[in-house]
Amino acid sequence: MARIEKPAEGSWTAHYPELGTEPMSYEDSISPEFYELEREAIFKRSWLNVGRVEQLARNGSYFTKELPFANTSVVIVRDMDGEIRAFHNICRHRGNKLVWTDFPREESSGNCRQFVCKYHGWKYELDGGCSYVQQENEFFDLDKADYGLVRVHCDVWSGFIFVNLAEEPSQTLTDFLGPMITALDGYPFDKQTERFFYRATVGSNWKLFMDAFQEFYHAPVLHAKQSPVASRPEVQAAGFEALHYEIDGPHRMVTTTVGQGWRMPADMLKPTESLTRSGLFGPWDAPDLGDDPLPVGVNPGEAKHWGLDSFQIWPNFVILIWERGWYLTYHYWPTSHNTHVFEGNLYFVPPKNARERLAQEMAAVTFKEYALQDANTLEATQIMLESRVVTAFPLNDQEILCRHLHKVAADWVDDYTRERAEVAR
Amino acid sequence: MSDALLPARFSELEPFAKTWCLSTEGQRFARRMASTMPEIQAFYDAFFPRAEEAIAYCEKFPLDDMPDDAQRLLQLLYSLVMVSFPVEAWRQPHVPDSGAAYLDLLIEPRP
Repeated sequence: MARIEKPAEGSWTAHYPELGTEPMSYEDSISPEFYELEREAIFKRSWLNVGRVEQLARNGSYFTKELPFANTSVVIVRDMDGEIRAFHNICRHRGNKLVWTDFPREESSGNCRQFVCKYHGWKYELDGGCSYVQQENEFFDLDKADYGLVRVHCDVWSGFIFVNLAEEPSQTLTDFLGPMITALDGYPFDKQTERFFYRATVGSNWKLFMDAFQEFYHAPVLHAKQSPVASRPEVQAAGFEALHYEIDGPHRMVTTTVGQGWRMPADMLKPTESLTRSGLFGPWDAPDLGDDPLPVGVNPGEAKHWGLDSFQIWPNFVILIWERGWYLTYHYWPTSHNTHVFEGNLYFVPPKNARERLAQEMAAVTFKEYALQDANTLEATQIMLESRVVTAFPLNDQEILCRHLHKVAADWVDDYTRERAEVAR
Repeated sequence: MSDALLPARFSELEPFAKTWCLSTEGQRFARRMASTMPEIQAFYDAFFPRAEEAIAYCEKFPLDDMPDDAQRLLQLLYSLVMVSFPVEAWRQPHVPDSGAAYLDLLIEPRP
């Protein structure tokens, strides 16, 4: 029995007729050839979020980001004028990785006045210009001005730093993000600087993990044992219905209610939830985010019982905003057709005391218990999809966002393939 | 007792302090996975009834300027949270159906 009102067309999926209602193949998640096309068509042409401005607190602050799908590493830096710039992390002399610490494959961060290559001591200003060449007079007609670092397009929206590996991006960052995402402008991300940063390597295609976190149809089942509430037969039988879905270009979002621990009797809660006043849905007591009203992009369906919004920003970035005044981000960095690196960040207003800090710890620990179950299930999905024993899978109306993600991936790969064919002609 | 790790009024918890006062989530998760359920249950049963009092004790201090013994008591509270799922939900130290999956916490608040 539907409890939530759906669009006039009768279903969320029918409201976006281009999605269709046919079963899906998932060949796009098991094909090495399709992954090779995704690298070029999607990841080397999209704006990719690589971090937040708080990671570059001062002039001279930098961090590196490995981008394995492009076989590159980029260094993002706040230069001496305060401008945020990005460069390929390669020395122009003989190709050494420019910025790294101890382990060349690991990411690194810090603060410096200039970049110095560990190999032969070439130096670069933080605006990318080459400033020093060891034994310059030994070279042949070398002009340092020709040997600056290779720039990567870089822009900032709402404190989120994005790069684009294309030679000339086809859209500005603002145009790329579109009206649904930029309507979040003004949300106080900058006040939520207490950070828990998780990372894991997952044995599945990147889109499968995105699917896992963009539908909540699985939640009452996969996570049934997690709480006295979820295991109740009536909760199991009721299943899940979202309050609102919205699609804008390649991006998509869902709004749902969440459990309201502060309204539940103690026997429906775990004792440590009652003790810490916190749990999967975050600390029960919302922090002070200021007096400004939230931007119109938050809870865009104006749902009465708004608990969270999950914004799935094309291609691999998620911002999840909670009604209780905290937010999460997810990133899915593909490393092959059946592996990827998952990153999760939890952001809170810095706690004023140990009680608030413990509530945040409870939210973070609970997040991990769930994410471990999700990650392992994905590997089980990947293994059997690769059998190709079954090749058509029915998706229901609560899985509309999965349907959309795979359609956008197909569309971008088609566009790329067509452009390449036209160039070849 | 000069070698006490915890504030005097929580001295009954000293037997657990050496094992469970750990400064990072990675250490606490590893301790949980290396512990038996009887060990986890003994820690939980001894500490949970005093936990609210421990929170009240810790919250009197500014987070960035806590005495060492109060900070260790807070770490003990983090460990209580860490073992809460094994005791209250899973009845085992590891997350069911999580197999070889891992999730490393690379950046976390201090304390």
